[in-house]
Amino acid sequence: MRARSRDDFRHLLLLLPAGIVFAAFFLVPLGQLFLIGGSGKSGYAGYADILVHPKYLRSLVSTLALAAATTVATLLLSTTAGLFLVRNAFPGRALLVAMLTLPLAFPGVVIGFMVIMLAGRQGLIGDVTQALTGEKLVFAYSMAGLFMGYVYFSVPRTVLTIMASAEKLDPRLEEAARSLGASRLRVLADVILPGLKPALLAAGAICFATAMGAFGTAFTLATRIDVLPMTIYTEFTLQANIAVAAALSFVLGAVTWAALALARTASGATVAAAG
Amino acid sequence: MRGRGIAFHLQLAFTLLLASFLIVPVLASMLAGVTANYLSGVAGGLTLRWLGEVWSGYAGQVVSSLGLGLACLACTLVLGVPAAYVLARRQGHVARMIEELLVMPVAVPGLATALALIVTYGTWGDFRTSWSFILVGHVLFTLPFMVRSVLAVMAAIDLKTLEEGAASLGATFGQRFLGVVLPNARPGIVAGALMVLTLSVGEFNMTWLLHTPLTKTLPVGLADAYASLRLEVASAYTLLFFVMIVPLLVAMQLLSKPLGSGRRQDR
Repeated sequence: MRARSRDDFRHLLLLLPAGIVFAAFFLVPLGQLFLIGGSGKSGYAGYADILVHPKYLRSLVSTLALAAATTVATLLLSTTAGLFLVRNAFPGRALLVAMLTLPLAFPGVVIGFMVIMLAGRQGLIGDVTQALTGEKLVFAYSMAGLFMGYVYFSVPRTVLTIMASAEKLDPRLEEAARSLGASRLRVLADVILPGLKPALLAAGAICFATAMGAFGTAFTLATRIDVLPMTIYTEFTLQANIAVAAALSFVLGAVTWAALALARTASGATVAAAG
Repeated sequence: MRGRGIAFHLQLAFTLLLASFLIVPVLASMLAGVTANYLSGVAGGLTLRWLGEVWSGYAGQVVSSLGLGLACLACTLVLGVPAAYVLARRQGHVARMIEELLVMPVAVPGLATALALIVTYGTWGDFRTSWSFILVGHVLFTLPFMVRSVLAVMAAIDLKTLEEGAASLGATFGQRFLGVVLPNARPGIVAGALMVLTLSVGEFNMTWLLHTPLTKTLPVGLADAYASLRLEVASAYTLLFFVMIVPLLVAMQLLSKPLGSGRRQDR
């Protein structure tokens, strides 16, 4: 009994430093953010104003749409490539995996620059389209460029998650289905994809949360793209509208946190970086 | 072995295309950083001029970013390893709730966290303008990665039995922690440390709001360069960043292989 309470005390002591830092610099500031979000002209109704005011509502809706499109595109691309890499052995496979996962920890600003290299004024896509059609395609500084950047950001980690999960699928299930005469597509739809479901959910939620909250890529590409993080930034710095910026940030944080928490309970997997 | 079908080749082409989408801009930017004029291509000649310009203008920020990354690593080690140990030894609901809370800063966008820090501590003049203001943000954001990484390794070994064995031989708690717990958790600590360094050196979302003209990091300088400098200089700066970050990324990939990808998801 005494040993036990000594252990309790020791554990408390070891957890305390992290707890204090976390409370002082995360919990208290988030609480403060919530209070300030309610300190505008209309008080806590300011949170509801976000949904009424056309400017903020538009920003919220376009951010949600962008995040959803990013998630769908990333899952499609990554699942196709990830399944292929797990299920086939061929020379150069390791190199291909390394290429697909290299940008894993590139920050958003650098990814913005990668989009400029591809689709900017001096970009490669522009060069190719000019050679083919005579017209230069430049879309880096728009919603399409941002979409491309977020897909670029999310593909490496999603490919890794899908591959890890696909490696653990039981090949006997597939063999059984094949031997019973199921076509390739049926096997994919009825055996493989259901087996990957937890990984797809977890990776999808991370894509979604990242695309909602990422700031660096949008900041690099254009301060005029109307997504929530840019709206928050301009409200805060240019308009000095701190109450609105705080309310929007709090709502944004709540949405991304909820998306990740939901997917985690549904899949039992871990969260990863929102960058 | 029968020949590969058309499906194989279609998928291979698709995967190659996806890989080029990720790699081609990296190569193009590296090349642009050392060409005299990107518009006229490599034919216009190679030069180290841009790299020299970047180095003379921004070396201070590179050094600051490295220093900040190391300070952040020290903080996450001191705060995160003991916390991970407790979370590994405790099975109850309270421990899981604390774990959930501790990883929250990863789920909440950096922009929101930074704004929260500013509205709370922004008026504390000396703190606001010092490096420690940015450090606090980086520690919040990277601590979950250290805790998770160490916790994953600790959860896979039977800490309790190991510790009881050491205790029965008369080891004090301090001896057990330093001599038994830490050496056994080493793979997790190393992996977590690499992750913390990589993330801190590249962190922008929070740092952009937290920095002041006197406290600028490498990614802040990158954003400045992208906004105002010519493509070649911006590329040279990016090249410098790649030189710093890619060894960390490669080390991380090499380390993660013997650990196995399955273990982490057990938690």
